[in-house]
Amino acid sequence: MPIIKADKYPLDPYLRTERLPHVWCPGCGLGIVLNAFLRAMQKLGMDPDKTVVVSGIGCTGRTAGYVKMDSFHTTHGRAIPFALGIKAARPDLNVVVFSGDGDLFSIGGNHIIHAARRNIDITVIAVNNFIYGMTGGQLAPTTPETSITTTSPYGNLESPFNMAGLMAIAGASYVARWTTVHARRLEKGLEKALSKRGFSFVEVMSPCPTAFGRRNKMKGIIDSMMYYQKYAIIKDNPNPLDGVIKPNEKFVIGEFMDAEDEPTFDDKLWELTKRDFLETSQADRAKWILEHRRHLETLATLIAGENIAPQEGEMDE
Amino acid sequence: MSSKDIAADEFLSGDAAAAEGAIAVGCRFFAGYPITPSSEVAERMARRLPEVGGIFIQMEDELSSIAAILGGSWAGKKSMTATSGPGFSLMMENYGLGIMTETPTVIVNVQRGGPSTGLPTLLGQGEFMQARFGTHGSLEAIALSPESPQECFDFAIRAFNLAERFRTPVILLMDESVGHLFEKVRIPPQRNIEAVSRKLPEEVPYPPFRADEDLVPPMPPLGDGHHIHVTGLTHDDEGRPEMTPKMQEELMGRLVNKIRLYKDEIMDIEEDGIDDADIVVVAYGITARSARRAVTLAREKGIKAGLFRLKTVWPFPTERLRELAEQGKKFVVAEVNTGQALIMVEQATRKDAVFVGKYGGEPHKPFEILNGIEEALHADN
Repeated sequence: MPIIKADKYPLDPYLRTERLPHVWCPGCGLGIVLNAFLRAMQKLGMDPDKTVVVSGIGCTGRTAGYVKMDSFHTTHGRAIPFALGIKAARPDLNVVVFSGDGDLFSIGGNHIIHAARRNIDITVIAVNNFIYGMTGGQLAPTTPETSITTTSPYGNLESPFNMAGLMAIAGASYVARWTTVHARRLEKGLEKALSKRGFSFVEVMSPCPTAFGRRNKMKGIIDSMMYYQKYAIIKDNPNPLDGVIKPNEKFVIGEFMDAEDEPTFDDKLWELTKRDFLETSQADRAKWILEHRRHLETLATLIAGENIAPQEGEMDE
Repeated sequence: MSSKDIAADEFLSGDAAAAEGAIAVGCRFFAGYPITPSSEVAERMARRLPEVGGIFIQMEDELSSIAAILGGSWAGKKSMTATSGPGFSLMMENYGLGIMTETPTVIVNVQRGGPSTGLPTLLGQGEFMQARFGTHGSLEAIALSPESPQECFDFAIRAFNLAERFRTPVILLMDESVGHLFEKVRIPPQRNIEAVSRKLPEEVPYPPFRADEDLVPPMPPLGDGHHIHVTGLTHDDEGRPEMTPKMQEELMGRLVNKIRLYKDEIMDIEEDGIDDADIVVVAYGITARSARRAVTLAREKGIKAGLFRLKTVWPFPTERLRELAEQGKKFVVAEVNTGQALIMVEQATRKDAVFVGKYGGEPHKPFEILNGIEEALHADN
């Protein structure tokens, strides 16, 4: 195949081009997802200077290293609370978490549920490849039942998470699921997620021929793509509970949740700081002293010569 | 309360004083999870931070609490969390991320009896070693140990100043007795509070790990076009992962030396009656108060004893203790654990020390330490 050389790739302004080529295997879907994300940013005119990408650990976690933005490659499972800290402290920044299914839903599972519940204004791109790729193909919380992995050599006995459904129920403002075959719709979905106020979540089903496919009859580079094409059903406003993925069965993709705008967690945190506290704190203080008066008097008798208990008249003010 | 123009005397618990100290020095971001006996720090922060334009978040656990304050710190806020033993154990991984990514933060650990759930409401000092060796990998830690609510206030200020100065997490290693002790705390007028802030780079973009001569890199703020990359992987000064023995040596060397070479600036030891002492009592936190009384009692009995109080427990004053040992002094170590500072003292002095340990639950009675002093007096070495 001839190698096409171009001076400049349209997404270069968003990429640390000096870090390419990336670490991802041939046939991996992560390039498509990253591409869709950057295109969505470009279309929305999002300022890369004001956008922060936070990743956890794993193949998807390496994304943060390739984007030319402020970016954090954190510890396994903790991308969400790290991102929450950034967003709460700097609500003017766009904060995007880009991580994998194992990072977000196994080791980090508790955090993502709570972030959705709080409705913090961040966007989460959850790349679901059914497997732990970086560590060599172990069972993930998204691995379909009966699938072969290195730690389920006799077939997976567990049921996978319905990630999109879980997020919709936990309180996310926007939830969508697409696959790397549906690249245009994915890009549109990411545009919506990035512009949504509140917690937005996009699950992207993405192939891992190296660690998942080759043990599960999807060895070829396009086999997973064929699987997505064959089994995905696009639905309008599907029920989040119908988001379960079963082996060799049709599965639902589309927008599971697109809620009305509500005040986000970061809005509320900053609104609180603007309240006039002086009056209430003085009243609270007087109340506290009244409530603790008995203790203060006892204490005053203990401390010889120092009467620190409030006098009768002082409390009436 | 603290942002007044005049000094004020408050009657505060150590926990509340630590929170007030943090606010006084400019802490404006707190994320934490309730745990006895540190919950009062979070409660105070929940009430006080919004009043001063700060952000308080109660997180879902300690793993997320420390992750959130690392994020908050990179977002430009002086950030803190507070916890106790079990939560401190959960925080260990991201404490390491804070060290590796050179993120200034303060972690308050109000120690209780352990291991495991142990004695939730009662005293322990079992995280002396964990503060330094609790996370995986090698590192130099900074940890301060207050003996009173006043010091909780003062050391919270110092902890932030050291964190910002050295771009590293600093541990405020309190204990249950100090945390729950109510005493008068003098809160100085705001203008008298010295607040150090991290160095900011002068040029854009500036690599997030390119250090100055003092081995501490300026810290680029987010959103200014620095396009920083920050990773827990071994990285070069641009933050790019470079997993080679050479880079590991270079990076670790700097992370360790930025503390080691400046430890005289960090270490703070109270020496009381050490010069003419035959017996040196080493203690920290609440135990130092019992030790001080024991030393007085010993002096009354004609025994030349002195107090060597670790106001900073890490870095450890190995050289100074060795110097004292070479003068022929004998050592007593008192602490509420099975012998942790003891290991460091014996290593520093190269001789056996008399150990007056308690396993947890209550502070030492002065006579218990006095007995140790008398034992040391009659010991051979």
